[in-house]
Amino acid sequence: MLKRTTTALAAGLIAVATGGWADPDENQLVVNGDIEITTQAAAPAHLEGLSEIYSGWRFREVDTQATQMDDFDNPAFLAVDAAQEVWNTVEGEAGKSCATCHGDVMESMKGVRATYPKWNGEAEEVRTLAMQINACRTDNLDADAYGYTSGDMTAMEALISVASRGMPVDVAIDGPAQSMWEQGKEMYYTRYGQLELSCANCHEDNYGNYIRADHLSQGQINGFPVYRLKNTKLNASHDRFKGCIRDTRAETFKPGSPEFVALELYVASRGNGLSVEAPSVRN
Amino acid sequence: MRLTTLTLATTLAAGVAYANPVAPGDVTYTEDGAIEASLSGTGGDAEAGAKVASTRSMGNCVACHKISSLDAAFQGEVGPPLDGVADRWNEAELRGIVADAKKTYEGTMMPSFYKTTGFIRPGDGFTGKAPTGELEPLLSAQQIEDVVAFLTTLKAQ
Ligand code: HEC
Ligand code: HEC
Repeated sequence: MLKRTTTALAAGLIAVATGGWADPDENQLVVNGDIEITTQAAAPAHLEGLSEIYSGWRFREVDTQATQMDDFDNPAFLAVDAAQEVWNTVEGEAGKSCATCHGDVMESMKGVRATYPKWNGEAEEVRTLAMQINACRTDNLDADAYGYTSGDMTAMEALISVASRGMPVDVAIDGPAQSMWEQGKEMYYTRYGQLELSCANCHEDNYGNYIRADHLSQGQINGFPVYRLKNTKLNASHDRFKGCIRDTRAETFKPGSPEFVALELYVASRGNGLSVEAPSVRN
Repeated sequence: MRLTTLTLATTLAAGVAYANPVAPGDVTYTEDGAIEASLSGTGGDAEAGAKVASTRSMGNCVACHKISSLDAAFQGEVGPPLDGVADRWNEAELRGIVADAKKTYEGTMMPSFYKTTGFIRPGDGFTGKAPTGELEPLLSAQQIEDVVAFLTTLKAQ
């Protein structure tokens, strides 16, 4: 009797998650009337819990969506412009700028954002884009590292992301990165905190549903760094992870920690096939 | 005098087994996850329970459930609507679901409102930091009773 009720209810819930009334909308994202962004794709083979993947853009209100459709309306581009200056400016003891080694950012950084986090053979570690930016600053520029989620860092990440906009996310999960990917996957399904909620509870089982006033997306990070209207700045994915885990009444992890690097690797790979969309706009 | 004290002491000692409120670790669940007896030892107040259900800092049940009779903005849809829930479950079953829904629905997403142990990296409320002392349950025994009293009013028609 009890069992039957549970199964019937569970079936009902699944129907809601995949075919219900609050699905992602059908809007199409074209930026500047030119760059076609893939906001829906078949789920990558490694992802068993989903058949289709969607960008968070598809779950936002129409006016928020519109802000991302033209770079003149997208507030993140103030930071992108500032980072373009920094790219060309000599900083640090080595007397170099990013441009000294890499030239035109839109040429040399094309495709880079799409493959991060990725294994760095020389350093023998999985590096996020933020880690790579800091490695260049300390090792090549002989300058100070940026704070992991600082405004300087998210601006530079946003600039580098622009060079890959519209390209498919293509994060490698095998080879030497695999063990870290497994760790991130385990975290994704761990029910943290006194509320005992996993990333998957909200973003895999319930995307499309409302949790109080929030329309749950799949928690994809193809749009990061994200300009949030709520705090009017660019936000790093690790800050989002931190907030989501905190909201389960849990002791969270630190941005830049090995745990969050692993989680970023895994979450990024769940978006393989969506376009790089950063810097995106969300509420 | 002496006799009265002794009698009282005996009564208290006997009462320990069903001390009220029942601590989260001492709750007796039936096989199906119900709780027969009041957790606080007294009845619940349905009106106070409605407040617990709709208030963010208390039960915040409407984050996941639609409850039409409540005047709360932005009711969620992660769990089933609770309209008519008293036609589906009796009081003991409702008490069990609110205290620890995982005993009724294995693996459910619904948080356990009267539980203090067994968590992975529990925090100090919503601070993101480690807890400084013992965890409090999400709701007190009396708040659970109040919510249950409210839920028993949710009948169809
Ligand atoms: C209690 C529910 C809940 C849990 C658990 C949760 N999140 Fe979220 N998350 C949200 C809400 C609500 C939002 C804002 C709306 C949206 O984009 O889904 C959000 C947003 C996000 C975003 C931003 C997506 C975008 O397009 O801007 C990411 C990324 C994210 N979550 C990742 C995670 C990860 C990783 C975990 C686990 C560590 C997690 N979330 C756990 C509720 C949750
Ligand atoms: C994070 C989400 C969430 C929150 C918060 C939540 N619930 Fe639930 N609840 C659920 C889900 C999901 C189910 C369905 C059980 C299942 O199949 O997993 C459920 C089931 C129930 C049921 C049985 C419903 C039926 O139709 O048979 C009752 C009663 C209930 N919840 C009451 C409450 C009360 C009271 C609160 C607040 C004190 C609350 N819930 C908070 C998610 C939640």
